[in-house]
Amino acid sequence: MKILVAIKRVIDANVKVRVKPDSSGVETANVKMSMNPFCEIAVEEAVRLKEKGIASEVVAVSIGNQQCQETLRTALALGADKAILVKTDDALEPLAVAKTLKKVVEQEGPEMVLLGKQSIDGDNNQTGQMLGALLGWGQGTFASEVEVEDGKTKVTREIDGGLQTIELKLPAVVTTDLRLNEPRFASLPNIMKAKRKPLDEIALADLGVDTANRTETISVENPPERSEGIKVESVAELVEKLKNEAKVI
Amino acid sequence: MTTLVIAEHDNSELQASTYSTIAAAKELNGDTVVLVAGHNCQSVAEQAAKAEGVDKVLLAQAEYLEHLLAEDVEKAVMAQEGDYSHILAPASTFGKNMMPRISALLDVQQISDIIAIESDDTFKRPVYAGNAIATVKSNDAKKVITVRATAFDALATEGGSASIENVDAGTHTELSNYVGEELTESERPDLGTARVVVSGGRGMGNGENFEMLETLADKLGAAVGASRAAVDAGFVPNDYQVGQTGKIVAPELYIAVGISGAIQHLAGMKDSKVIVAINKDEEAPIFQVADYGLVEDLFKAVPELIESL
Repeated sequence: MKILVAIKRVIDANVKVRVKPDSSGVETANVKMSMNPFCEIAVEEAVRLKEKGIASEVVAVSIGNQQCQETLRTALALGADKAILVKTDDALEPLAVAKTLKKVVEQEGPEMVLLGKQSIDGDNNQTGQMLGALLGWGQGTFASEVEVEDGKTKVTREIDGGLQTIELKLPAVVTTDLRLNEPRFASLPNIMKAKRKPLDEIALADLGVDTANRTETISVENPPERSEGIKVESVAELVEKLKNEAKVI
Repeated sequence: MTTLVIAEHDNSELQASTYSTIAAAKELNGDTVVLVAGHNCQSVAEQAAKAEGVDKVLLAQAEYLEHLLAEDVEKAVMAQEGDYSHILAPASTFGKNMMPRISALLDVQQISDIIAIESDDTFKRPVYAGNAIATVKSNDAKKVITVRATAFDALATEGGSASIENVDAGTHTELSNYVGEELTESERPDLGTARVVVSGGRGMGNGENFEMLETLADKLGAAVGASRAAVDAGFVPNDYQVGQTGKIVAPELYIAVGISGAIQHLAGMKDSKVIVAINKDEEAPIFQVADYGLVEDLFKAVPELIESL
């Protein structure tokens, strides 16, 4: 079976994000960019399914500007066989991403699409579910375990109360949670090999998808600051403060 | 204008997150209709009908809706004929799972996890793990929204007298089937709504040491949470995780024990009213958001704290 993995290039998880002084967004110039951590988990899972002999081919796809090539090369170095860049300089909203991915799915014909459950920039948690609905496929979101057998996939999901297991007919969409796996590091030979793997480019405009933005960002601001607290010297002082000053116990 | 709230419930109780979502709906113009989709859930519809601020309850029942799987909830919501200007659900794993499907089929760009309503089309929501707050205006004709429950104070659970109408439950897609669940059983209050939360991090060392936090939690009537590091290390189950991608909490009192305070963790708890940090590393970033910081070995401080309460 063929697996399509959708990946996004985002500000690196370790970068302290700064809001622009004009409140138009966050600073992205000269900021380290990386593959969204949840997408990395998705690539790793796809590669593991291939290593187990379940997947026959892993195709990584990203939608974005020329620099996304770098992110796709990382996916190839981690073990994807082929990459597709849908090129655009616009920042697409999740609905537009899902519509674009649907086109790629129709062209590539995968039996499973793996995505991260959310990207750590927009924190929307929408794309996988939207893609599932647009394709009329089932979905296993927030996956912490994925098994594939007899044209079905069993997905264990991290939900608010604990864990839930569901069984999906293939083709299906699966979105990854943190504990699905621990992504490997790309080895140097694999990074070299990745340079020779195919990376196709498609212009977003050629797919004929309506990707116009539906929302406007009016402003982006710093969250309200917490006023600086104090250090207490002992448990006794802490209890006294909580009782008499904060009045919470 | 009418707002449709999709209820989160377990077929017997309406969840607290639903009451908060109703409170958000009341900040919008127009009536509030609550859809209860499920199986054998008449009692949930009755609770929704009694909730303050609810004008009407729609009850969609079918056996296949028992576990509220996303594909089937999607069909049940799409089967509703009313003309709704806004569709709201809690930004819990229930809402996050099914709501984008509805949004996509309505060709609407969903607004996720709102923390404030500026007007009928403009909302505030955190991005970048809460390191920035975006004000977003939706230009879609309908608005599909998930609501951060901790940002809206729940309205009264009693006092309303809305009518209950049985409605179409859609169709069974059979795209997914429920296999089973492993839910954490606890006598303690729910993490998302507890007045006090005691959380442990990597500094706890192992799962057995969490018993100490449980004892502290019981003294305070608190829920127990954890950082991602503690969950990844297997000290406690996944549903304990507080943070950007776990649970968002905003209790009166949050006690962080042996938690360093990565930004992803802070994203889940920094709206707490009072934050206490206990950590032996005085450089730990958790102290930057703590109202009261105690630099001490937690294995000494926590037993002492239990003793003095």
